[in-house]
Amino acid sequence: MIMEITVEVNGSSYTRSVEPRLLLVHFLRDELGLTGTHWGCDTSNCGTCVVWLDDVPVKSCTVLAVMADGHSVRTVEGLEGADGLDPVQQGFMACHGLQCGFCTPGMLMTARWLIDHNPAPSEADIREAISGQLCRCTGYENIVRSVRWAAEHEAGLRERTVEDAGTEVQA
Amino acid sequence: MTTAPVGHGTMLRKEDARFIRGRGTYVDDVTLPGMLYGAMLRSPYAHARIASIDISAARAHPKVRAVLTGDTLAGLNLAWMPTLSGDVQAVLATDKVRFQGQEVAFVVAEDRYAARDALELIDVDYEPLPAVIDARQALAEDAPVIRDDLEGRTDNHIFDWETGDKAAADEVFATAEVVSKQDMLYPRVHPAPLETCGAVAHLDKVTGKLTVWTTTQAPHAHRTLYAIVAGLPEHKIRIISPDIGGGFGNKVGIYPGYVCAVVGSIVTGKPVKWMEDRSENLMSTSFARDYHMHGEIASTRDGKILGLRVQVLADHGAFNGTAQPTKFPAGFFGVFTGSYDLTAAHCSVTGVYTNKAPGGVAYACSFRITEAVYLVERLVDVLAFDLGMDPAELRRKNLLRPEQFPYPSRTGWEYDSGDYPRALETALDLAGYAGLRAEQREKRERGELMGIGISFFTEAVGAGPRKHMDILGLGMADGAELRVHPTGKAVLRLSCQSQGQGHETTFAQLVAEQLGIPPDDVDVVHGDTDQTPFGLGTYGSRSTPVSGAVTVMVARKVRERARIVASAMLEVSPDDLEWEKGRWFVRGDQASGRTIQEIALAAHSDLELPEDVEGHLDATCVYNPPNLTYPFGAYVCVVDVDAGTGQVKVRRFVAVDDCGVRINPMIVEGQIHGGLADGIGMALMQVMAFDEDGNHLGGSFMDYLLPTAKECPSWELGETVTPSPHHPIGAKGIGESATVGSPPAVVNAVIDALRPYGVRHADMPLTPAAVWSAVQGRPLRTDLAIT
Repeated sequence: MIMEITVEVNGSSYTRSVEPRLLLVHFLRDELGLTGTHWGCDTSNCGTCVVWLDDVPVKSCTVLAVMADGHSVRTVEGLEGADGLDPVQQGFMACHGLQCGFCTPGMLMTARWLIDHNPAPSEADIREAISGQLCRCTGYENIVRSVRWAAEHEAGLRERTVEDAGTEVQA
Repeated sequence: MTTAPVGHGTMLRKEDARFIRGRGTYVDDVTLPGMLYGAMLRSPYAHARIASIDISAARAHPKVRAVLTGDTLAGLNLAWMPTLSGDVQAVLATDKVRFQGQEVAFVVAEDRYAARDALELIDVDYEPLPAVIDARQALAEDAPVIRDDLEGRTDNHIFDWETGDKAAADEVFATAEVVSKQDMLYPRVHPAPLETCGAVAHLDKVTGKLTVWTTTQAPHAHRTLYAIVAGLPEHKIRIISPDIGGGFGNKVGIYPGYVCAVVGSIVTGKPVKWMEDRSENLMSTSFARDYHMHGEIASTRDGKILGLRVQVLADHGAFNGTAQPTKFPAGFFGVFTGSYDLTAAHCSVTGVYTNKAPGGVAYACSFRITEAVYLVERLVDVLAFDLGMDPAELRRKNLLRPEQFPYPSRTGWEYDSGDYPRALETALDLAGYAGLRAEQREKRERGELMGIGISFFTEAVGAGPRKHMDILGLGMADGAELRVHPTGKAVLRLSCQSQGQGHETTFAQLVAEQLGIPPDDVDVVHGDTDQTPFGLGTYGSRSTPVSGAVTVMVARKVRERARIVASAMLEVSPDDLEWEKGRWFVRGDQASGRTIQEIALAAHSDLELPEDVEGHLDATCVYNPPNLTYPFGAYVCVVDVDAGTGQVKVRRFVAVDDCGVRINPMIVEGQIHGGLADGIGMALMQVMAFDEDGNHLGGSFMDYLLPTAKECPSWELGETVTPSPHHPIGAKGIGESATVGSPPAVVNAVIDALRPYGVRHADMPLTPAAVWSAVQGRPLRTDLAIT
């Protein structure tokens, strides 16, 4: 059986005919060529495949592509905007939050979601948020620092925006 | 963000720009036109005779292009392949299967899913045989003979190996005031890189060229082995090791799946991709350890260590596929005397076959130094227990002293440099050791279990001197090539390969330091045998000691050539020139200099050069290390244990590492962090148990538990710097130090916490069940599910 699905990925709409058993991670990688999302286990333990499905991080190795029909997906390729790298991407670079890079896309997607919902996460908050994901290289220390860097950087940006707005009003 | 240094120092990584955008290229990201997909059928039995294999239904599947069995491969003389230890291993089983998960048949189909479907259509008739699972039963008289494929083979014995002076050790033990003994198991673990193993093989029938994109830590060694195994001319083989999602030793050997992908491409004329799944990775690829050790330590009553005696039973699985230098069947386990000044030592190791996956040397172990360090550090703690002495004090009393270096060890190694007491004191200070002991006393009075564990390790990395160390006859020296373009930008070509170590950054920094050009002006090319000079690859922490050294040597060669060109430019003798970072100038006339960029342009110009100078600045070099480098460190781990549940919480971990000169301290610290997490995983969580039929009970991440961010504390690092006297910049390897040094610190901490219960030893992993059992006085065999 083949099913036709339409999925919005990183703001673009894609219609494809797929087998109902096709995993979302394979749909993204093999059908759309978005290889930034990785696959690392069969059991939803490693989290290299984390993407957003309608603004919620999911493990795309345990979501069928057909379940994403009519929904939107955001992957690591959708993080960088017209105004440059997302702060979480910058944070991982600035704090050596990656080594082999394999877990990084999943970690970035979770980090982005965390800061969106908790702009000033504590170390414990960050560790809890990424506890469903594995990294074999970093011992997590620098991932935690990276996420905190991103949160602080965004807080700084917000402050500056407020200050700038204030300056404009005064002028 | 900090400004990049012109040379050594913390610098953000060049490779990150692609990884944080999801733009890395791992093997599974490689897609070629017309590419087919392979899938492997594996044995459900640990030991069984294959009566028949029926592939007719699979072959009839509309999307299947080829089905390979052992018989197909036998026709090509490829059913068996050599292992890295001079044994042979079945590529696809013909006669018997010898471990659960062994490769039996390979399907090539039009997509991943169809290939998997077709596996279900293959009908294999197995006749199960009794299996050897417990290594201690492997040499029993009635044990089934696993390797009856080897002519004349009547038992499961692989090798006996010994080192040290038995007579001298026996004499020390005969007269010692105190002898402490302990059996201990370093259980089977798996490195489990997040990217599993795989390959994309493409034989171009027109050119006859075989290109293999593959998860390898040693692309050049793989090329040579493919040439030998498949009988293909070596210049017609190109191995590309693109971005690798972690290696840790798991990606050193050649696996049957790679060979099948190659044969699949030859048979179908199309590129064939094969990526194993996680269970295949855990069940069939290189595991590590599985050392059953009996250790004895002799000392005076006041704690002066005199000698060590060790016997090891080594479980090598069904094929002897350990990856280590040929003359070292037990790897570098011979460094088991560790960091201590003692009179005599002896050890013997016996290797055996069992019905388990082959391997043994993997997982950041520096060729079995993990096992050696665990053994000696546990024994020292056992001795401290028996003497009623503080383990820090006992180590203080016995550590090698700085003036003893270079130190010739009792088992024939020459430790290059060290200041061990300084590292230990630095770690104890950082941890606040006295305060921790005071806290522990208070807690014990309240019935709370807190433990403080210490380990001190000496590593031996950077294999190796070529005359002592080779793999399958290939000497362990590394080449490098440095090209300097006319405008002074450079390309460094390396034989070693990065699996996350950041070579594109650190090796550019090495060149930058020597030539005085920005690291951003140096591109590092690696992981492609057509683009790089020969060398043995990245494992055993050898990149910095060997490839790092050759990089410095080749950059210095370029610098010397630049001196001659500069002398022609300035019309002075080369002897009158002096170097400062980035330029040659006439001694006594600072303003007279020429920058390396100006010199590079002149070297490519019509400048008249001395007759014997060819022009250009390019150079190549091969480095044969004179010795290994010996990084070391002192670790302190603090744990809290819940006596009711056996749950261990690692509260603090202090790590003081000395790896000589640090090229990029940020990257060094990252390497240490990762290894420390590994130590917690091995010591507390990672179980690969087998039941009596040889069923693998740790075949997924549901059962084989790896540490997450919640099990890891925030690491507290310190450093000392004792340069290596023989490495051109005084650097030592660092990739595996923390994996080697941390497990005994964690275990020593847990055992220390259990002191009120009189627990002297318990085997890893110290899961809640294992800790609880130890408290009850009934230690678990964590490697076996046999009750």
